[in-house]
Amino acid sequence: MQNIVNALVLGSSYVMIAVGLTLVYGILKILHIAHAGIYAFGALFAVYLCELGLPLVFAIVLSLIFSSLLGAFIYKGFYKHVLDRGRIVPLVMSVGLFATLEDLYRLIWGPYKRPFDAYIGLPDVMSPTLYLSSKGVLMLIVTAVVIVLLYLLLMRTKLGKSLRACSNDLSLAGAFGINTDRSVTFAFLIGSSLAALGGILVGLYDNTVYPTMGSVPSYKAFVVVVLGGFGSIKGAVLASYILALVETFVVYYFGFLLPRDAIAFLTMILLLMFKPEGLFGKVRR
Amino acid sequence: MSLDYFLTVSVFTMINMILALSLNILTGYAGQVSLGHAAFFGIGAYTSAVLTVKLGMGYWPALLLSVLISGLVGLLLGLPALRVKEDFLVLATIGVNFVVVSIFNYVQFFGGPYGILGLPRPSLFGHAFTTKEYALYVLVWTLVVVFFVKYLSNTYSKLGFDALREDEDAAESVGVSSPRYKMYAFAIAGLLAGLAGNLWAHYMTVVFPDNFSFPVSIGILTMVVIGGVGTLVGPMIGAVIVTVLPEVLRFARDYRMLIYGLIIVFTMFFMPKGIVGSIKGLMFGDTPLGKKRVEKIRRIAST
Repeated sequence: MQNIVNALVLGSSYVMIAVGLTLVYGILKILHIAHAGIYAFGALFAVYLCELGLPLVFAIVLSLIFSSLLGAFIYKGFYKHVLDRGRIVPLVMSVGLFATLEDLYRLIWGPYKRPFDAYIGLPDVMSPTLYLSSKGVLMLIVTAVVIVLLYLLLMRTKLGKSLRACSNDLSLAGAFGINTDRSVTFAFLIGSSLAALGGILVGLYDNTVYPTMGSVPSYKAFVVVVLGGFGSIKGAVLASYILALVETFVVYYFGFLLPRDAIAFLTMILLLMFKPEGLFGKVRR
Repeated sequence: MSLDYFLTVSVFTMINMILALSLNILTGYAGQVSLGHAAFFGIGAYTSAVLTVKLGMGYWPALLLSVLISGLVGLLLGLPALRVKEDFLVLATIGVNFVVVSIFNYVQFFGGPYGILGLPRPSLFGHAFTTKEYALYVLVWTLVVVFFVKYLSNTYSKLGFDALREDEDAAESVGVSSPRYKMYAFAIAGLLAGLAGNLWAHYMTVVFPDNFSFPVSIGILTMVVIGGVGTLVGPMIGAVIVTVLPEVLRFARDYRMLIYGLIIVFTMFFMPKGIVGSIKGLMFGDTPLGKKRVEKIRRIAST
């Protein structure tokens, strides 16, 4: 039972970063590694604002706004100009951006781990067989709310409709009069703020933030995106939890030799061998 | 600047050249983007380390075996590439890199995070190579690799790779066996990267798992892309830039990695075909700017 709860919290942290990545991938088909740079930015900036003396909620909101603007800037300033130049160019550019961002954080906020101490008005869940800190509770609640809101946004609003159309076929959507550039920008805005929210929640949960905190999630999120079948939001959400469960249980029951990150990748490679289009992916031709 | 420092930087540059050329066969020629090339590099280095330190083998048989084994592993790791393509392949290779490094890191036999120490320098007729001689030895191998790649790019196989890169389905439909050429490309790339790993390991005389982690793979891809994908000289120029630039930027201390990252970003921004590719484009009119230039020359010539 404790394992399941741990896995749920872990999976929630994957959901946040993977959903944004799926939005971006689904539309532009580029591997946006710098996404994890925004994840780190959200957490670091929120901590910085808290240290300046702002109340937590205000700091988080401000950090989310700035992170989404940073994400949109990355699209408008960089990716947009290299989209027609094959797959490798945006990929390498993204890698360069990620390195630049991480180093920028190190220069601005120092290379140290900082505590993210904040009081949250939620109770700890404690019983003889189960322990879940208030921060874990917060993570589960926020993720649930985000998933519901995202579902409503994608399925019920005009913006969601245009986003779905774009992810189906970008040029065709453009031909039908959808302002694709605006839709993509919105995808980056939404995705980046979700990544930042994920960074903040993980920072709160682990009680540390540091400039390179995005490194592991950047690759991990891709595992989730692949497992979910590129571009499927529903798949990404389910895959996050499945991956977290697999990792947690394999580590717990088998005392496996390899660390959990390697297990995640091994799962992905095996899955790709048997189902190259991901768990919930469609074969695209 | 001392001689030893200069020699070390040039040895690293040459080893990176071999790595970049080997990835270029895979990515530039055959179109299979790999972000796990450091895994092959690591397998070459670790095989040689295990053979010489743990099993007490001499350097020369270990060289042969490590190159062959990494080629073989390359062939095996090429298997996922038969099933997946494009971005899935990129992610699968990232995964391979992670798994390989974790095996080095967590299996006691490979020394865990402490790596394997005390690799011997190669010796010829009972005389162990000095640093200077080792640099020459690496130079010889680099030249061999350059000539091999040059030779390869004039063979029928290169045409197969080209077909694979341009359009896999179309290549299949005219009778180019895509699995065969994919495996072929992976095997050659693994072979050459294994050679680079061997050279690297016996120069450093130690191997650590961290030396072969994912950022190294990114570095290798960066060399290829900055220099010019699919060209012969490009990856070599890229290797020089990526290896030497951080050294040159040492004066900038804190801003070193920042400048390095920005150079990558802006090279992609202004020269998406890499340095060599962009110069070629300028000369032969492959890029908008080059087209304008060629038009101008034609106009002048016609009057």
